[in-house]
Amino acid sequence: MTSGSMFAFVGVGLLVIGAWALALRAHLIRKILAINVMGSGAFLMLVGSGTPAAGPPDPVPQAMVITGIVVAISATALGLALVLRIANATGKPALPEDVERDLMDEEGP
Amino acid sequence: MATRRVGGEPGLLLRAGLGVLLIATAAGLVLALLAEPVQPGLTDAVAGALAASGTDNPVTAVLLNFRGYDTLLEIAVLTTTLVGVWALGTAPRIRETTPSPILLGLNSVLLPLAALIGAYLLWVGATRPGGAFQAGAVLAAAGVLFILAGRRPATLIPDVPPRWSLVLGLAIFLAVSLAVMITGRHMLEYPDGLAGPLILVIEAAATLSIAAILAGLFIGGRPEDEP
Repeated sequence: MTSGSMFAFVGVGLLVIGAWALALRAHLIRKILAINVMGSGAFLMLVGSGTPAAGPPDPVPQAMVITGIVVAISATALGLALVLRIANATGKPALPEDVERDLMDEEGP
Repeated sequence: MATRRVGGEPGLLLRAGLGVLLIATAAGLVLALLAEPVQPGLTDAVAGALAASGTDNPVTAVLLNFRGYDTLLEIAVLTTTLVGVWALGTAPRIRETTPSPILLGLNSVLLPLAALIGAYLLWVGATRPGGAFQAGAVLAAAGVLFILAGRRPATLIPDVPPRWSLVLGLAIFLAVSLAVMITGRHMLEYPDGLAGPLILVIEAAATLSIAAILAGLFIGGRPEDEP
């Protein structure tokens, strides 16, 4: 196993962890964090699979990931601004169907 | 929903279903990664065209020349995001406190250093890893420190609103990409020999805008003195 594919497998793991949290957590900031974890996983997969065992890494996946990171930052910033508005308007950082839920896992998992 | 308990917490069935789905996805991705990789990739294609790209760093060549369209739209995404955040409301009013003397002392060291590092990263992007986005991120970090210390972003040129710096990168990039069409070339097809200087102009403007936009996103809304 090359170090490149190692990174790619870790990326798959991050993608799964992020998707799990995105689906199950109710707190909107946790959902945004989960999307960022998923994004990091996707970037690791792209860069990792574009790194051959020998020779220089492929520059195209690297350029795509740089672009992707900037877009991810933009999406995160817009998402956080939306969460701020939702929290200001409803008093709780959660979607309408989740307002009854335990946002901070205070009752244990 | 049947799989939900009282209070809306996801039930065991939902968790199990999601788990199976995610494990299947992970297995599929791992199998795809273990399979024969797509060879030979684009390394040789990029290396072959590098001499004509106006830059010596393959990643910069892909970003600003071969896939310049991606980068143009990426700066457009950044600019649009700031417009979206501004549209959502004014910046939350942060309680005014006297900044700690440690922060002020640190700033007096870090801010000039960040400007130096940003300029270096921008310049070095032509030959080694670096470029507009890295330089912009460093400058944006300096901007965040600046804001945390209670200073307001201000412009040195009178009568020029600060928000002009926000669209400068997109405007210059668009202007260059359209200007090359006058001589009958395609959009973003740089003239021979001019690619290097044009890329530097685009990157310099983009660096300023990226720094301004990222620092503006940190504020989290439209500054109250902006219309």
